[in-house]
Amino acid sequence: MQLVLERRAERSAFIAIASPLIAIALTLVTMAALFALLGKNPLYALYVYFIQPLTDSYTLQEIAVKATPLVMIGVGLSLCYIANVWNIGAEGQFTIGAVCGSWLAVHTNGSGAGYWVLPAMLLLGAVGGALYALIPALCKVRFGASEILTSLMLVYVADLFMDYLVRGPWRDPHGLNFPTTADFDPVATVPTLIEGSRLHAGAIGALIFVMLATVMLGRTIKGFEIRVVGAAPRAARFSGFNSNQLVIFTFLVSGALAGLAGIIEVAGPIGHLQPGISPGYGFTAIIVAFLGRLNPVGILIAGLFLALTFIGGEGAQISLKVPLDLTKVFQGILLFYVLACDSLIVYRIRLISTLRKPAHGIA
Amino acid sequence: MLNPISAPRTSADVPLLQAIGITKLYGTFKANDAIDLDLYPREIHALLGENGAGKSTLVKAMYGLIQPSAGELRWMGEKIELTGPSDARARGIAMVFQHFSLFDNLTVAENVALGLDGKESFAAMSARLAQFSQDYGLPLDPKREVWRLSVGERQRIEIVRALMQNPKLLILDEPTAVLTPQEADQLFVVLDRLRSEGKALLYISHKLDEVKRLCDTATILRAGKKVATCNPRQETAASLARMMVGADIGEVKATTVHATTVPRLVIRDLSLEPDDPHGVRLQNISVEVLGGEILGIAGVAGNGQDELFAALSGERFSPAEGNIVIDGEAAGLLSVTARRKLGAAFVPEERLGHGTAPRMRLSENALLTGHAASGMVKRGFIDRPATLSMVDRTTKTFDVRKAKRDPEAVSLSGGNLQKFVVGREILREPIVLVVSQPTWGVDAGAAAVIRQALIDLSSRGTAVLVISQDLDELAEIADRIAVMFHGRLSEPLPRAQATREKLGLLMGGASASQPSAQIERSHAVGA
Repeated sequence: MQLVLERRAERSAFIAIASPLIAIALTLVTMAALFALLGKNPLYALYVYFIQPLTDSYTLQEIAVKATPLVMIGVGLSLCYIANVWNIGAEGQFTIGAVCGSWLAVHTNGSGAGYWVLPAMLLLGAVGGALYALIPALCKVRFGASEILTSLMLVYVADLFMDYLVRGPWRDPHGLNFPTTADFDPVATVPTLIEGSRLHAGAIGALIFVMLATVMLGRTIKGFEIRVVGAAPRAARFSGFNSNQLVIFTFLVSGALAGLAGIIEVAGPIGHLQPGISPGYGFTAIIVAFLGRLNPVGILIAGLFLALTFIGGEGAQISLKVPLDLTKVFQGILLFYVLACDSLIVYRIRLISTLRKPAHGIA
Repeated sequence: MLNPISAPRTSADVPLLQAIGITKLYGTFKANDAIDLDLYPREIHALLGENGAGKSTLVKAMYGLIQPSAGELRWMGEKIELTGPSDARARGIAMVFQHFSLFDNLTVAENVALGLDGKESFAAMSARLAQFSQDYGLPLDPKREVWRLSVGERQRIEIVRALMQNPKLLILDEPTAVLTPQEADQLFVVLDRLRSEGKALLYISHKLDEVKRLCDTATILRAGKKVATCNPRQETAASLARMMVGADIGEVKATTVHATTVPRLVIRDLSLEPDDPHGVRLQNISVEVLGGEILGIAGVAGNGQDELFAALSGERFSPAEGNIVIDGEAAGLLSVTARRKLGAAFVPEERLGHGTAPRMRLSENALLTGHAASGMVKRGFIDRPATLSMVDRTTKTFDVRKAKRDPEAVSLSGGNLQKFVVGREILREPIVLVVSQPTWGVDAGAAAVIRQALIDLSSRGTAVLVISQDLDELAEIADRIAVMFHGRLSEPLPRAQATREKLGLLMGGASASQPSAQIERSHAVGA
């Protein structure tokens, strides 16, 4: 018997929805095997990872808190990926957005500035992220540099830049020499949705962006342009769409969303600028974008699911004594399966009997 | 040149490949219904039929691509079941597809190597490739990358690749659709030689005169059933067409003289460097297309037609804005969208990937060229009902056959997609229409619909420029015909003066402008 991939006449709508679920199921099976190899009870481990966080209101809120940046960044990245533009540097744009917004918070700290501070910070964060994303976009358009490399490398530049700021000029003088800025003023802080919880208004923002992206992709000519450039570049050019302009547009939008997510994270749940503001949101959001089938609503669901793996990973670290890095292993396996299962949308798997050898077989 | 005499077959001869009662079901749909077909060595057998008649299905079964639901194949009298194309190739069945299966980024030699099952070294194979292509008069540079080649050259790769397998049976699907008469004649020499070498050939075509000229036997399919097997030389083109369609095909209505004196499309001294090193440089191209006339541009593929199309559509800018004038507006530096807004419409040669986004729905493909000036976009938002109604109108006016209301472009057959692509532009009632290879790989019925639509459009005052390698087509619809050779365009000849011989000489590059001008003058004197 032989497995062959056979092209489908039309893409399968059923598999388009089922593919992420198949990927998740395969990931769970693989993870269970991994837990078994580590000497843990696989079923209990999966329970700790994926069910326990859903049974507690605190962890449920934490899932929403973690999903907020993932969804915002993922929505932006999906626009790039649909257009065949490969922004891998959302982590850096996230950091620069956080830095740009924090600049205002640090410099108005204790000055009694009014309520304009937070909106201005959000704007600065979005603009900062967008401009930082513009660098790889221009390098690609102007010099043909691979945006995959340039955007990725700029992540480390951003990281070190922020590190310098919080250890140097922006360090809190009363902070016992910890590398962190002073806590932001209340006017520079994203309000929480529930008293005493970390769930903040940014979550609503993420939902709004999901809706905006849905409308844009499905209903507007700009969304159509993004889809055509990705699906058939030559037809897009014939249609009158300029792919270079689109590279810049998608990088700007995804950079702005990542930067906004960065400043919201810093001005929200964290409350000050410090190293390690992100457990890799910018990279995990790539998985979110693909697991969500580059569809805004799918990205919302995928963002919640991957946030669950962050929370579940922390729980597993405590109750199972497994390393936190297992979460990254999990996310990597998941991305692998997602991409593999996606081929089933355009292809079908068929079993072909090879028992009937040609008469004068090749032997 | 051709040698139509083949040794008379006797009843004792065993067919090389025999199909008996081949039936193929897709769901409840019978794509093939109990078809019998006998292919003999030293014979060119034509397979005729409209799009959807079941030719492709039958051929796929004979090449092992699909398994028939019922019936059997016999190879030299022995029952066989083909497990796949490599099994078919191992037996000596080779096929040249209508749609090329080539990797654009690989060279000619690499593509051929991928298609061969043998174990010879790459260098040996390259040498054999060069030898074969030279022997059979199908020149190819083994080191060139495929994406730089014209459609005609790409087809040569497919043919040479098939020949290099030394097949006993060669199946050719619409091989002359992209060739000039001279190129086709060369191919016929090749096919004739293969016949005399003792091979069996199965020749799928819509061109009835070709079949009459070349083939010994013809089998005609209609709606999945075999209608007849006959000797095409004893039939007329009309009788063959009647068997194919089941009714008489209407002749394209002759054009009445309706050309105005207003030039709607002007190309003025256009010279353009190619944007890739193997492209063709356009040199001093000047021509006017009047409202109400069809100007044909003939020429062998790869002589600058693609570059000219890109310059006209705005996919490439001209050096100066005055190089191209659309309806009185200098358009050389305008974008595709801006040119469409001036009332120009374009139909490129490649239906899939250029004229349409293959994996997008027809409504979205209507938007592809309609977003500029057809009221399908309001304040940046897409008017879905408007795009769907465009699909419906095109479907109705041009008889586009499809499985559902709004399928993906790739799921349509070639002829139906072409009717859609041409129809979508014609329904916009453009002032200028530039169309490249309007009926490439399209069945006779669809081709007649498209040609008639072009004629009707021009009679409503539109300037129509048709780039085509099909001289019969140009003779049928064009008022004047010019020839492209090495990036230059000859003086257009009025249709009455544009004989095949004269055009053929120009296509071969026999001195560009002087002789044709002289010929014109002598005609003028003669008249």
